[in-house]
Amino acid sequence: MAKAKNITEFIIERDERRCIKCQACVRVCASDVHSYDDESQELLSDNSRCVGCHFCEDICPTGALTIKRNPSATKDNAHWTRDYIYRIVKQSTTGGILLTGMGNDKQYKNYFEHMVLNAAQVTNPSIDPLREPMELRTFIGRRPDRIRYEKIKENKYILKESISNLLHLEIPVMFSAMSFGSISLNACKSLAKAAFLSGTYWNTGEGGMHRNLYPYAERAIVQIASGRFGVNTEYLERAAAVEIKIGQGAKPGIGGHLPGEKVSEEISLTRMIPEGTDAISPAPHHDIYSIEDLRQLIFAIKEVTSYKKPVGVKIAAVHNVAPIASGIVRAGADFVTIDGIRGGTGAAPLVIRDNVGIPIELAVAVVDQRLRDEGIRNQASIIAAGGFKTSADIVKAIALGADVVYIGSAALIALGCHLCQKCYTGKCNWGIATQDSYLTKRLNPDIGAERLCNLLKAWALEIKEMLGGMGINAIESLRGNREQLRGIDLTETELKLLGIKYAGEAW
Amino acid sequence: MEYQQLKFFEKNNRIPGGCGVAGIVNVKGNLFSGENIITSICTMNERGNGLGAGYAGYGIYPEFKDNWCFHIMYDDIRAKEIVEDFLEDGFDIVNEEPIPVHRVKTLQYIPLLYRYFIDIKRDKNSQELYDQQEYILSTIMKINKNFDGAYVFSSGKNMGIFKGVGEPEEIGDFYRISDYKGYIWTAHNRFPTNTVGWWGGAHPFGILDWSVVHNGEISSYGINRRYLENAGYYCTLFTDTEVITYLFDLLYRRHQLDFNIIGNILSSPFWEMIDREEKEKMEFLKALRIIYAPALLNGPFAIIVANSDTVIGLNDRIKLRPLVSAERGDFVYLASEESAIRCVCKLPENVWMPEAGEPVVVQIKRV
Repeated sequence: MAKAKNITEFIIERDERRCIKCQACVRVCASDVHSYDDESQELLSDNSRCVGCHFCEDICPTGALTIKRNPSATKDNAHWTRDYIYRIVKQSTTGGILLTGMGNDKQYKNYFEHMVLNAAQVTNPSIDPLREPMELRTFIGRRPDRIRYEKIKENKYILKESISNLLHLEIPVMFSAMSFGSISLNACKSLAKAAFLSGTYWNTGEGGMHRNLYPYAERAIVQIASGRFGVNTEYLERAAAVEIKIGQGAKPGIGGHLPGEKVSEEISLTRMIPEGTDAISPAPHHDIYSIEDLRQLIFAIKEVTSYKKPVGVKIAAVHNVAPIASGIVRAGADFVTIDGIRGGTGAAPLVIRDNVGIPIELAVAVVDQRLRDEGIRNQASIIAAGGFKTSADIVKAIALGADVVYIGSAALIALGCHLCQKCYTGKCNWGIATQDSYLTKRLNPDIGAERLCNLLKAWALEIKEMLGGMGINAIESLRGNREQLRGIDLTETELKLLGIKYAGEAW
Repeated sequence: MEYQQLKFFEKNNRIPGGCGVAGIVNVKGNLFSGENIITSICTMNERGNGLGAGYAGYGIYPEFKDNWCFHIMYDDIRAKEIVEDFLEDGFDIVNEEPIPVHRVKTLQYIPLLYRYFIDIKRDKNSQELYDQQEYILSTIMKINKNFDGAYVFSSGKNMGIFKGVGEPEEIGDFYRISDYKGYIWTAHNRFPTNTVGWWGGAHPFGILDWSVVHNGEISSYGINRRYLENAGYYCTLFTDTEVITYLFDLLYRRHQLDFNIIGNILSSPFWEMIDREEKEKMEFLKALRIIYAPALLNGPFAIIVANSDTVIGLNDRIKLRPLVSAERGDFVYLASEESAIRCVCKLPENVWMPEAGEPVVVQIKRV
């Protein structure tokens, strides 16, 4: 067979009437798509290198560039789509596993788009959030099943059991785990600062906490994953909460690998590993082969942090998610993070990302129901993650039973990401998934934080509008309130698992 | 619709609606006739549509004050026989009779109405019984859930609930409410937003010696119900009012909280207010909201809840439904509208509108 041709996904269209040959595109593209030929004084583009990140298009001062999908057609084939043909071409060339970044891009049924929300009419007035208070304040952590107090005198009570070690959020949305290493320090700083300013939390991921992020530590959830990078007592004590990462939605059952060439001085310091060595997170924790081992780690962390911080566990949503979550709660976790099949990543094997796990909507519904059936729902909060893309998804997830939602991809999109899915190459033109200082300085952390704050603010306003419409003025009255949801185009089984009625059914 | 269909429909559908509520209390526990409560509730006929009314009276059965009293409605004799067999198993039936009624021509679909004054059998007492009230509760849950055509609509001691489908004056006349004497009377005038004909769907709703009359709709119903199911309360009727009743039972009887605390749970203050309190109170209110988040009642409501010793009036957090209180002498009045108070108490000493979420707690202090 002849040498496989380079696969060209995108075509760069340059409007010569607009182009002023400033060569900005040449200078910015980390994929080296654009070049300037001195002799002919022409700007050239190597389409086959383009990943479709749109950075050049956005930065071009005269709007001369347009990135288009390559129209070159193979014969239409519903089974052998171009994507699968390309995969085989690539693999028969390299003999390797195909990698990818970000979340699942396959068309699995999106249950959020098959659930509609309620609104109050006549018998129940809707509430205008611009005129009336509308409360989104949320807490994460274990709570007792009843209050224990002492009555000192009429109308004066003191608590006998304090419940102070909870996370306190002003909006039920947090930034999910993204490590320094998988993303740039400027991206980390943008997230950390935005969480700090918006009254929510960010998550270090499994990369330790860089010293420049210490000022935002009180709003940090620190992660302990199978590689244990950057973990020491100070790391745990500095944080607001600790999350043990067992799995992640984009790659359930799979570990992580930060190649040595990316382990720079700063990353080596933060992760506490020698410069230039591969940072490998094994698939399992090698000290957790069972639920009782997990319990030991949970309590080891609680001991170290004097039982002052919530300790949670993050798992990927898989078939047995409800019993697993129940076990985790019984093992002492104060929150359970469930990451669905659409969850993002910096790098994952393509077949794993696209084929393993279950949608977060179903996972949240069955976990919430399971914990209630066992009477332990009060013992842990449920954090849902995995592809949340609009405030409506968040409202629906909370109505299904989630306490809080993590966003990752949505936050990165706010920072410029165009979902080219090439994070693993380390050549992110937007300065997010890269450690190249030429690229990372493109992301100004102050501006990044401002954009993230804007996003959270906008979503908070939308959530309040939806709540008010339902005649509800506190988010806790929505939580697990599945009467506010109705299904459309769902089977009996799906309705049963989601615990909702079909549209048209009254209370 | 046929009666059976109607009943099925009402029993399995949640029916929101507007309504009128009223309550009259003698704080010293002195008995007075039910006449005034009829006058009071009938003043607010604008608030009902003739599809439901009811009364609850406390202190009305002094001759059987130590017996549990079940009011049961039956669809037919067969249901009655089955339930009576079941009751005889666990209880000594001290007295059994049809509830005395006047014939009112305009009333339809009248079920068989019986009342039973009963004692829990001694052997039951000694064995499985650690708590009489829990036993009564589970008995009611069993009858209402499992026995078709039978429904226990009142189950306290020395108190009774009387309700049906009709205008409040018809129902009051039918049950001969003015023949009874009680120290607490509450009443309800219903405006359900569906055409329904099942007598069990009217208010007051009661369990043990609780009775609840309710005007409003609970938007948090979905989560309140799931929270209660965890605690062993099964909502067989799918009404908001049922949820309120069970919440009171759970919080007051099982969790032993006082009514101010219950008010702060069901109709909690806003965070904005809580944040401004001094530290100790702030911590307490914060803990309440966090622990009892699924018990928060959201949506418009005005309720009058009573048990043998207390009457509580409560509004939702932003007072979306009316509730007025007044006092004169030993009497305290609660109603949806002031007119319903002034028609039975010309010159009240004190009339006030309770603030949103602030319970009016009337404690009976017997002399």
